[in-house]
Amino acid sequence: MELNELLPGTAGASLKGTPMNIDKKIADDFVANGVSFVTTVPCKQLAGVIEEVDKRDDIFHIPSNKEDEGMGLCAGAWMGGKRPAIIMQNTAIGVTLNTLATLIQYYRMPLPMLISYRGELREPVACQVEMAVHTKALLAQLNIPTYHFHWQKDVEEFDNILKYTFMCNKPVAILTDANFWGGYGDQ
Amino acid sequence: MIRSEILKDIAPILRDQLVVCNIGIPSQELHAIDDQPSNFYMLGTMGLASSIGLGLALAQPKPVIVIDGDGSVLTNLGTLPTIGNNAPPNYILVIIDNGSYGSTGDQPTYAGQKTDLAGMARAAGCDRVVEVQDVDTGKALKEALAAGEATVLVVKCQSGNAKMPVITMDPVVIRDRFMKAVAG
Ligand SMILES: Cc1ncc(C[n+]2csc(CCOP(=O)(O)OP(=O)(O)O)c2C)c(N)n1
Ligand SMILES: [Mg+2]
Repeated sequence: MELNELLPGTAGASLKGTPMNIDKKIADDFVANGVSFVTTVPCKQLAGVIEEVDKRDDIFHIPSNKEDEGMGLCAGAWMGGKRPAIIMQNTAIGVTLNTLATLIQYYRMPLPMLISYRGELREPVACQVEMAVHTKALLAQLNIPTYHFHWQKDVEEFDNILKYTFMCNKPVAILTDANFWGGYGDQ
Repeated sequence: MIRSEILKDIAPILRDQLVVCNIGIPSQELHAIDDQPSNFYMLGTMGLASSIGLGLALAQPKPVIVIDGDGSVLTNLGTLPTIGNNAPPNYILVIIDNGSYGSTGDQPTYAGQKTDLAGMARAAGCDRVVEVQDVDTGKALKEALAAGEATVLVVKCQSGNAKMPVITMDPVVIRDRFMKAVAG
């Protein structure tokens, strides 16, 4: 239990560390926006949201073995009339570049990419920083609209980002760092 | 037989179905032999035909036939377990196994050597895996359409390419008319 849950008058989502359930909020926004086909490759930070997505009756969850494969599944699902999304780690950005350029962008398809932004503030594993320093540059090079969630309240934008993605038929990246997910204990 | 002869052979079966076709010369050949709005031609992204077809088959009820290649399946091998664990009955993956990277000049793949793609598909959890020789493709494809079960069809054939023009259609046009065929 969080310390501030024990303090009087601090219930709710306003204080740092108070568990607004962001996993649940993200899954709710997917469902509210008609996203019904979600593929995932796990990350420790994403474990909660993947579990939440898997539980939902309104979402078909199909784990993929590699992120470019997952994007292929999403492309097919979208042409079949479903709204897709991918949940993945930023270390996979490199393996998806060709797919983003020659499939998702070339054929003009929408794809929300909920990406754990490993290697950012509160990251305990040094190796993760090596792809973190390239992540935004690679997304910018591909002209992919990119949002960075650092505070829990940033999740409030998620609903708008989904609407924006399916309005413009583009891949859109939502980078979510360790601070957003509540850190790893206090490392 | 080479790939283009097989495609000519099965074109009357493909005509009425949703088809996702592999990058390079396979798409050029299918486009030249019998262009249909219900054909989704891949212009890039080697390896993902089987995945695109799987997403499509899961999203809607019409049969989906993927025309893939041995080299492309080898580059996206993770697709086989995903197919083995998820493929719905309307999914048919045809792997034209010419033992080579045909489009790039017939360089040999491992599928033409010691590697057995049908065996790999079975090991990955695909229940209905059929391997045939080129001449039997049409018959096997009809059986797959009637099977009521997802099928991986490995077609053994010779390496070689027909000389066909590059597809110049805009990708968004390919995709848009395909989606209309899916919805229609
Ligand atoms: C990532 C990537 N690597 C390499 C290529 C070049 N390439 C295009 S088609 C192809 C061969 C595909 O072989 P296969 O799937 O067996 O089809 P075939 O032409 O033999 O029917 C290759 C290597 C590419 N387009 N993309
Ligand atoms: Mg080949």
